[in-house]
Amino acid sequence: MRIGVILRPALVLLLLALVLKPAWFAPVFAPLVPEGTPVIYARSSLLSLSLSHLGLVAAATTAATLVAVTLAILVTRQAGEAFRPLSRTITNLGQTFPPVAVLALAVPALGFGAGPTLVALFLYGLLPIFENAVTGLSTLPPTTMEAARGIGLNRWQRLVQVEVPLALPVMLTGIRLSVVISLGTATIGSTVAARTLGEVIIAGLLTSNTAYVVQGGLIVGLFAVLIYDALVQLEAHLVRRAGG
Amino acid sequence: MSPPGLLFATLGLAALAAPFMTLAANRIVAGEGVMAWAVTAPAVTLPGVAVVMAGLLLGLPSEWSRLRFAGSVLGLSGLLWLLMQGAPRLLEGAGDYARVSPAIGFWCLLVILMLLMADSLARMAPGPLARGALLAAVMGALALILWSGVLSQLSILQEYASRKAAFADAVLRHLALAFGSLATAAAIGFPLGILCHRQIRLRGTILPVLSFFQTIPSLAMFGLMIPMLGWVGDRVPGAQAIGIAGIGFAPAFLALVLYSLLPVVGNTVTGLASAPPAALEAARGMGMTPRQRLLRVELPLGLPVILTGLRVVLVQNVGLAVIAGLIGGGGFGTFVFQGLNQTATDLILLGALPTVALAVASAVMMDILVELARPRSGRAG
Repeated sequence: MRIGVILRPALVLLLLALVLKPAWFAPVFAPLVPEGTPVIYARSSLLSLSLSHLGLVAAATTAATLVAVTLAILVTRQAGEAFRPLSRTITNLGQTFPPVAVLALAVPALGFGAGPTLVALFLYGLLPIFENAVTGLSTLPPTTMEAARGIGLNRWQRLVQVEVPLALPVMLTGIRLSVVISLGTATIGSTVAARTLGEVIIAGLLTSNTAYVVQGGLIVGLFAVLIYDALVQLEAHLVRRAGG
Repeated sequence: MSPPGLLFATLGLAALAAPFMTLAANRIVAGEGVMAWAVTAPAVTLPGVAVVMAGLLLGLPSEWSRLRFAGSVLGLSGLLWLLMQGAPRLLEGAGDYARVSPAIGFWCLLVILMLLMADSLARMAPGPLARGALLAAVMGALALILWSGVLSQLSILQEYASRKAAFADAVLRHLALAFGSLATAAAIGFPLGILCHRQIRLRGTILPVLSFFQTIPSLAMFGLMIPMLGWVGDRVPGAQAIGIAGIGFAPAFLALVLYSLLPVVGNTVTGLASAPPAALEAARGMGMTPRQRLLRVELPLGLPVILTGLRVVLVQNVGLAVIAGLIGGGGFGTFVFQGLNQTATDLILLGALPTVALAVASAVMMDILVELARPRSGRAG
């Protein structure tokens, strides 16, 4: 915990510097490549790549959250009961599909660019969110539900005021898993011509430029670790608030 | 009436109205869609379409799971019939470079019928042995279809025919990456997990570090391995002789091992801790040493959880090994990325479909193992 207090802001600053002032790091990366090779990725600005990368992940995760939570609410109602076993099978099997394969399979259907990446991120992101939302909504303490019925809340009020708030931390865990997978899959999205930070790594791999690879890898890695950490903190905060 | 069955039937009939196969002038250009009933003479296609529809309709009654299962098998055989009859007929007189592939309608029907099969199976709740037999039967049927050559006219199998040796190589490489990294991670992870189980302080340091590795996006991880192993390969004498170099198998393998450690160590710790205090107390009362307690009480009781960790790792690594194709590590990823570069859809599929099949088969297999390891009532421990 104490290490985190120093480490977190330090990593944020490092990430900001890497994205905004890449030229500062030229001396650091220079020993990685033969002399005369470009050290800092300059084909497009790292800031715009970062924004486009995060934008893809945010759009896909938002859509996936809306759809997955709606579906989870539907299958945990009495009317949707018949779809429970099916939805469990789909989430179990769907998560065995490799994200890269989902991305690759989206290309024949949608062509190259941001489209297939967005669809792959959305489809793959649905599964962990849905699974966790169903778990959260179906493992509520029976006494609480009984009390909610007892004080005369109708079904809609119970859902909005009791079930969703109580299931929120578990749902958030699903969203976090989904975001981490999406950040990684979006990186690979640059192989299908989506504008993401993976572009830097791929450019490095194609031209054997280790400096590019390390630069891209560091930025993507830092984004993932910091976003993951922020979501963990948010969850802990919600659990504390729900518990006290 | 089964609501999912109704959904499948509706979607399935809609999918029948979409192009079933495509005929393209060569392997790169987009093809022209052909409807299911038009892939060859109506005398051949109409029975096929009727069989597919009958399969979908058999999925409707909610009470008879076996009938629904039979319906899914019937529907799938209808799809196979249409595909194997249609491909040679469409290629006739279409030129030497012409390619036929299954189109959106086929893929949708395939998914719908497999979901129907999964839904009916979920209700029958077969035991582990029945599931194993079913997996073997599905694999056997698939192998038989591919080996018999009835589908060899399809574009994806023509891609295969022109790179048989490379494909065999990719299979071996992919299996070596996925299973080799699993074995290595298990060899490192079990002892580490047992240590973490015994020493709480160690657990607090190691688990966060491992979950940090897990968070790093795969492409970044694979990329970052390159300079590290390149450095080792250049500096350490003899390292290059055993294959440690910046690109190729070694960085991919190491990245996979790093990704695997968290599920292995984490689940070992959870599994070992899952032994009920009463059982441990009894073991202590019988005068067992800590070592005996570990081997005879904690490990057997924790085995299902530990195996679940290995399931996660195996499925994850089968998928991640695709990325190895980008750094010259071989495996199915080679075809996926070559296909993406050439915009050759069927080459992408040649890499992606075996990966998916391998991942699903691994998951089913590991689920069976987990279930067998679970102590059943009447045969505890």
